[in-house]
Amino acid sequence: MRKMLTIISNVLRGSASRNGAELVSEGARVVVSARTYADFTPQASFDIKKCDLHKLEEGPPQQAVLTREEGLQYYRTMQTMRRMELKADQLYKQKIIRGFCHLYDGQEACAVGIESGINLSDHLITAYRAHGYTLTRGGTVREIMAELTGRRGGIAKGKGGSMHMYTKHFYGGNGIVGAQVPLGAGVALACKYQGKNELCVSLYGDGAANQGQIFETYNMASLWKLPCIFICENNKYGMGTSVERASASTDYYKRGDFIPGLRVDGMDVLCVREATKFAAEHCRSGKGPILMELQTYRYHGHSMSDPGVSYRTREEIQEVRSKSDPISLLKDRMLSNNMASVEELKEIDIEVRKEIEDAAQFATTDPEPPLEDLCNHIFYNDPPLEVRGTNPWSKLKSVS
Amino acid sequence: MAAAARLFWRSSGVKSSFSGLPGAVQSSLRITLLKLSPDCTTKPKTQRRHATHFTYHPDPVPTQYGPTQKMNFFQAITSALDNTLASDPTAVIFGEDVAFGGVFRCTVGLRDKYGKDRVFNTPLCEQGIVGFGIGVAAAGATAIAEIQFADYIYPAFDQIVNEAAKYRYRSGNMFDCGNLIIRSPWGCVGHGALYHSQSPEAFFAHCPGIKIVVPRGPVQAKGLLLSCIADQNPCIFFEPKILYRAAVEQVPSEAYHVPLSQAEVLQEGSDLTMIAWGTQVHVMREVASMAQEKLGVSCEVIDLQTILPWDIDTVCKLYLVAALSNFHLISHIILLSMMMVLGYLQVSHSICGCNIVLTGMPHSGKNGLVPTFLRCVDAMKFKINLFSP
Repeated sequence: MRKMLTIISNVLRGSASRNGAELVSEGARVVVSARTYADFTPQASFDIKKCDLHKLEEGPPQQAVLTREEGLQYYRTMQTMRRMELKADQLYKQKIIRGFCHLYDGQEACAVGIESGINLSDHLITAYRAHGYTLTRGGTVREIMAELTGRRGGIAKGKGGSMHMYTKHFYGGNGIVGAQVPLGAGVALACKYQGKNELCVSLYGDGAANQGQIFETYNMASLWKLPCIFICENNKYGMGTSVERASASTDYYKRGDFIPGLRVDGMDVLCVREATKFAAEHCRSGKGPILMELQTYRYHGHSMSDPGVSYRTREEIQEVRSKSDPISLLKDRMLSNNMASVEELKEIDIEVRKEIEDAAQFATTDPEPPLEDLCNHIFYNDPPLEVRGTNPWSKLKSVS
Repeated sequence: MAAAARLFWRSSGVKSSFSGLPGAVQSSLRITLLKLSPDCTTKPKTQRRHATHFTYHPDPVPTQYGPTQKMNFFQAITSALDNTLASDPTAVIFGEDVAFGGVFRCTVGLRDKYGKDRVFNTPLCEQGIVGFGIGVAAAGATAIAEIQFADYIYPAFDQIVNEAAKYRYRSGNMFDCGNLIIRSPWGCVGHGALYHSQSPEAFFAHCPGIKIVVPRGPVQAKGLLLSCIADQNPCIFFEPKILYRAAVEQVPSEAYHVPLSQAEVLQEGSDLTMIAWGTQVHVMREVASMAQEKLGVSCEVIDLQTILPWDIDTVCKLYLVAALSNFHLISHIILLSMMMVLGYLQVSHSICGCNIVLTGMPHSGKNGLVPTFLRCVDAMKFKINLFSP
């Protein structure tokens, strides 16, 4: 039976590639999915790297179970993120996106892994490299790209730009380095106070780890046992400064001192997921905050104005791309365990590409926010407030 | 009075009434708007002028300071720092990314020339940088701290206002951090949005104990920076980032000083006074020349240079001299409170970004917020036609 299906599918697929008729490829797809139940492994267990521990007796498990659906979903999300960032790069070079743009490619496993370890009802806050998190937290690619180009269809109505994207339970998108971490602790306090068993994930980078307010936050979170997961995304460079030249101690997971810490391989989505689940469990059980250091890497420079090669070698970037690329890692795992086929993943790639193209089209053609919106939302006011305009005798309206 | 007469004479159908005493704050002068030539008020559709466009007016070549060299703004800064490190063995430069030359190339070559002990990077911690700088200065070394963008200066606000500014006073002159200078790129560039465009001098302008300086070009920048370094008070030196490459002048290679707390009158005039600092000086010069050409209004352009302590004499003297007819136009993106400091609230019309500057400048809205040439002209015309419809 299986052999017959295989033969039929081969024939159909062969003819599909010849004449590309939709009906035939539909048939091929039907046959392929018929293969699913028969041929693909529904789930598999993978060994993941052990996490270094600080002030913890045990760490996350060293084996992760991945189901086929989960694998495909992670793959799709990471691929979407990757393509979206590359598209943003392209649009920026065409001067359709202006201002600042900090790209997240290379670090996809962090965003996807964290999101799979928490619920959508939990809260998350990060710094300016936020496009990935906006996507995982519920933003659509269209909204994100329209925000990058500053159009009214954008997720922040076109008034925020790259660094200021927000969705429900996602507090952005923050420009000032380190300033978002005390905010995250505050959100965690609100979670604890409201008793909804939610937690807050506060992200920051290796550069921000030297900011004073981070340590103030560690103290407050630990003192009041706030359900806060502090996550340091260590991509080895704070703008152009390598971690060795910026920090006296590069063991960022230990920097919390009295806060237990984990050092996690941030290029492996399963490792990040297991660690996040472990951390979430820790917080939800009332033990207080926990610190996670994700060791990851960004392929692009700090922002679009940084070529990214003056402080690191191209060989280094290439090495990471070939050995530890998060998407490749997942893809290899799934293929070698027969959890998906090459064609299936290729199809996902094509769908993702199309989605990004559509979003880019929308982002380029959508109109800019109207001038009436310029002064809105300065204060909360009811009725609308009159705001002094650019001259003392001109007034603008602020509706909020 | 003479100036009022001049205005009187120039326009047709004037009706003027003076209310109040010579020292009166409010004055009313009715002048019919002169008919303008078409190209003033209309811009041909094909020509686009960007919001942050301005024409840079270079200073004349200074002859009193020795041989000069063509330099742009950041090179002038590098030159000043070079002179300082050479003459002052205790001087050190530190900040984020200064070692390789800085994100605006203001410190290029200094580390190679003077060693890594004197030009070094700090981690990402503005509060720490300034606090550390205060300590270095208090111990006797000349500390030149860099805050990478003026928008990031706020974590250091406490250190500047509470520690640096008050050190001398609270220790009864036993200690001071006069050797401290904080340099920071400042002002809007068009695409900086919320966190790379701010002009925070107004926040510090209420704080006795520190000096705030904003130069308009390379010659002034080098002279003022050297004066700040020499000055025995903690100084904040804001460098208009849009001028770093755009402003090119012949700058003396040797060290020289431009005096602090002295406003410079760039252009004499009798009808209208314009006070500006930093990039805006160049916008106002354009406005002034347009005013002269098209409206026949003679404008005085003053570059304030030192914001705190500001040159009251120069500015107020002019006001008193032509009390009733002298309108003051302050052009800058600043907070309303800054004008209170300057005491001009009643007589001047300031052109500010609206309240949005309190929260930031979204990239999409920048075109409406920057006090461009045309808006300044508009304000000036309004000022002249105070009561005309």
